Amino acid sequence: MKEKLTALWQKLFGDSVRAFGVVSLIFLGSLAIAPAKNFFSEWRHYQHGYFKMIRNRSDANTLQRHFQGGIQQIWLPELGVVDRCASCHVGLKEPSLADVPNQPFRTHPVIPHKLEQFGCTVCHRGQGAATTVEEAHNSTLAWEQPILPAKYIESSCGQCHRGPLPGTLQLNQGRNLLSREGCVHCHTVKLPDGSTMKATDDPPSLSHIADKTTREWIFAWLKDPQAYASTSTMPNFKLSDDDARDMSAFLVANSTPLAGDNIALTRVPAADPAAGASLYGESFCASCHAVQNAAGNMVGGDVGPELTRVGTKVKPAWLLAWLSNPRAYDPGTAMPHYRFNDSQIATLSGFLQAKADPDYLANVKLDAATPEQIAHGKRLVSDYGCASCHEIAGIKKPENFAPELSRIGSKPVTQLIFLPGMQHTLPDYIAGKIKQPRAFSPGLKMPQYTFTAAQIDSLTTALLSLNDRSYSLPPSLALPAKPESDYQPAGKAGKLMTDLACFSCHRINGHGGDMAPDLTWEGSSVQREWLVQFFKNPGTLRPSLIRRMPRFNVTDAEANDLTDYIMTVYQNPAVDRDSMQLSGYSQGQIELGRQLFYGKYSCQGCHIVDTKTDKGYIGPTLTQVGSRLTAAWIYQWMKNPQSLRPGTVEPNRAMSDEDARALTAFLISQKGGGKSPLPAKAARNGAAKQEVAKK
Amino acid sequence: MTRYRFTTHVGTAAPGCPAERSSAVVLTVAMLAVSLATSCSRTTAVTVIVPKPTSFGAAIVESSGGKQFAQTGSLLPQPVVVLVNDAQGTAVAGALVVFAAAPGVTFDPPNGLTDSSGQVTTNVSLGGMAGRYQITASTLDKSHKRIELKLEEIALGYQQTLGGRLNDQYCDRCHNPESTVERVSNYDNLEVKPHPFTEGDTLNKISDADLTAIISHGGPALNKSALMPAWGNTLSKSEIEALTSYIRAVSDPPSREAGPVYTKN
Repeated sequence: MKEKLTALWQKLFGDSVRAFGVVSLIFLGSLAIAPAKNFFSEWRHYQHGYFKMIRNRSDANTLQRHFQGGIQQIWLPELGVVDRCASCHVGLKEPSLADVPNQPFRTHPVIPHKLEQFGCTVCHRGQGAATTVEEAHNSTLAWEQPILPAKYIESSCGQCHRGPLPGTLQLNQGRNLLSREGCVHCHTVKLPDGSTMKATDDPPSLSHIADKTTREWIFAWLKDPQAYASTSTMPNFKLSDDDARDMSAFLVANSTPLAGDNIALTRVPAADPAAGASLYGESFCASCHAVQNAAGNMVGGDVGPELTRVGTKVKPAWLLAWLSNPRAYDPGTAMPHYRFNDSQIATLSGFLQAKADPDYLANVKLDAATPEQIAHGKRLVSDYGCASCHEIAGIKKPENFAPELSRIGSKPVTQLIFLPGMQHTLPDYIAGKIKQPRAFSPGLKMPQYTFTAAQIDSLTTALLSLNDRSYSLPPSLALPAKPESDYQPAGKAGKLMTDLACFSCHRINGHGGDMAPDLTWEGSSVQREWLVQFFKNPGTLRPSLIRRMPRFNVTDAEANDLTDYIMTVYQNPAVDRDSMQLSGYSQGQIELGRQLFYGKYSCQGCHIVDTKTDKGYIGPTLTQVGSRLTAAWIYQWMKNPQSLRPGTVEPNRAMSDEDARALTAFLISQKGGGKSPLPAKAARNGAAKQEVAKK
Repeated sequence: MTRYRFTTHVGTAAPGCPAERSSAVVLTVAMLAVSLATSCSRTTAVTVIVPKPTSFGAAIVESSGGKQFAQTGSLLPQPVVVLVNDAQGTAVAGALVVFAAAPGVTFDPPNGLTDSSGQVTTNVSLGGMAGRYQITASTLDKSHKRIELKLEEIALGYQQTLGGRLNDQYCDRCHNPESTVERVSNYDNLEVKPHPFTEGDTLNKISDADLTAIISHGGPALNKSALMPAWGNTLSKSEIEALTSYIRAVSDPPSREAGPVYTKN
């Protein structure tokens, strides 16, 4: 071996000429390295591939003319973008290349932004300056980011757009879930605009829980909330029997009785399930509360808790008190204060008590609690952070109970601990944590949620949008969210509106729910007499809707107070209620309006004026519109419906003044005969028929 | 120079590896390379465990979940459910169904044995490119021959998703004949029936310009029914573009502009 090496050395560097020659060759060779590297570079390979691909296309000449060789770079110092992606992704700006199946040569899909304005990595992450695929897409060194999987791409929209966008459903849903599913009760999320994300759910106070339910129910609930109500948003803490026993003992021992929770009814009729069911229906309880039917489907809304087994949960006396005035037990509840009389309360309570599941608590046997158990329960309640969500007398809401999630979207992968078999990327980590928090370590406190796969993707998207770029964005690029209004009506009517929980469904001046129409301009819209009558006996305006305004059994005085307030305060400056009369239009004008209604504008496609011939079920029924709306409102609505109610489905027809006036005359002449509108039933029968047909 | 001999055994030599003692150096270099390769690759290979079928079918059919739309890269709203039958048409339990599609499409689970009703359910996430994705569900018959079922799903890009949302808000009530409990269709109530957007046979014949004109100026613009109102003053130009791209994306049979179909290889 040694001899061989010596011989080789002699051969190459034996004398000065040989040595000079060999060193020169090595020198020349090393000089060639740089050009060779350039020549064999990956991006050049892709650009050759691009030429090969376009050669056979009919638009080869155009594409060749557009082509720019060499490294292509987008440099945006303000955003810190140095993106060379277009060196390989050559076809991004060629609309005709939309039929190429895959990148790097396919056109970029249509988006509202220009590539030169934002570059690539702002949305897709990855290493913009890299010129090889591996470094650009996959690098996960501490200071680098791998490319973002397509399913989370909307998180990048959320870096600048802090409010909801029409095209980013997943991001919007994720943000809603963060505040609605209780995440932000425990995790602080400081938003890039400096505000803190607020929870929009309202977990019940547990300070008077023993008035409402039994210790056995609390035990079973703590063990598995979804066993009681599959729609429950309370997570499962995977408690042992002993822990659940002690926590239920503490919660019951800690509960103090509330004065209003025992009411005496003057007249208690015998339970009548049929009357109960019809009162439940008439009061539109199902708009907010769901009940699982025999087929296993949920019927009803998700604003209030599911009522499938409510009879097993609530104590009868508490239910009576709740139905008589829910605000006595929970001043902030979204439930309206129906003015039920004693007989109605008894009927409804009987109906709800019957929704019981005797098996649910059959196996729960708890002995009387010992002081040690109660003390242990209190410790557990503090340890699990129950007070982060629920108000519990004697336990303070913990500060920073769980890790802060601000900037979670930029957390370096090196700081994360992955499960075996998991992809080592940040999105996979976040999604994995949400899916099975306790899998990461048995000692973790984060409970198990029942999110669907789509919800987990949405939540991950929303969390990924909270990254360093979104916090360090130049102010000129940030598009702030519209702040949630905390509008509150004043005075007597304001109190009444809170009591009736109008804002649970209606929105006024940017505050409130979206289940029912926005009432911001209601005073300009409707006639006074109609509104008073509507409060007393709300009829249906839209036959195809299953959600309706319930009857709150308001007194005459209450109806008048509410109407006065609405008519005075909720006025649109552009609509002068008194500028157009409610009657006295010429027959000719009315006839012209009729022709426009059925001909040029074909309004009968969506509306009903004549119940015998018209079938449109989309907009409100107009048989009595002349007794309901003001003429000035109708006229303005014809001219520009979106100016009165942004987002309404009614199209703006750019009507001339004459057409709008004639249609107003025609519509205001539809005074109705005071009969209840028939089509409601027909529409729902139609829907039911189609449902059956589908099955 | 000294010649190194490697005498330590490496415990976990892969089965089938030519581990002869005389070529210990070769082996060690190979082991080093393997260990280097595994330590460098950051993603752990996920081995797919395929269960053993207990029975075999004769046909595989779709129960539900074909022809759905979802945004690129995201989950289909409903799972895909396929049914395995025997030659008599009765459901077979315990037959193995394997799902496959173009790279980027993921299945959860990627395979499974049919349940007592003969069905396998899987959640499907589509790939990152907008277009049509062909999904193959396959099972084995008694002679271990592969029988396949092909389904198509549609991935919508940003513009098409936006169009889909506009469709939900403005168009769907009349153009979709299906009613749900929450949303009653107006289709049956209209004298002139609108075209559902999946009706490719008709809609593919309408040019982009005509489609845009009908949406902007209403049916009468092309001598069609006035029941179709003009949306040009309500929707912006880009919103109408989004709507047309959505209509093109969901039409069945596919329109020319629908883009490529992604199949497994």
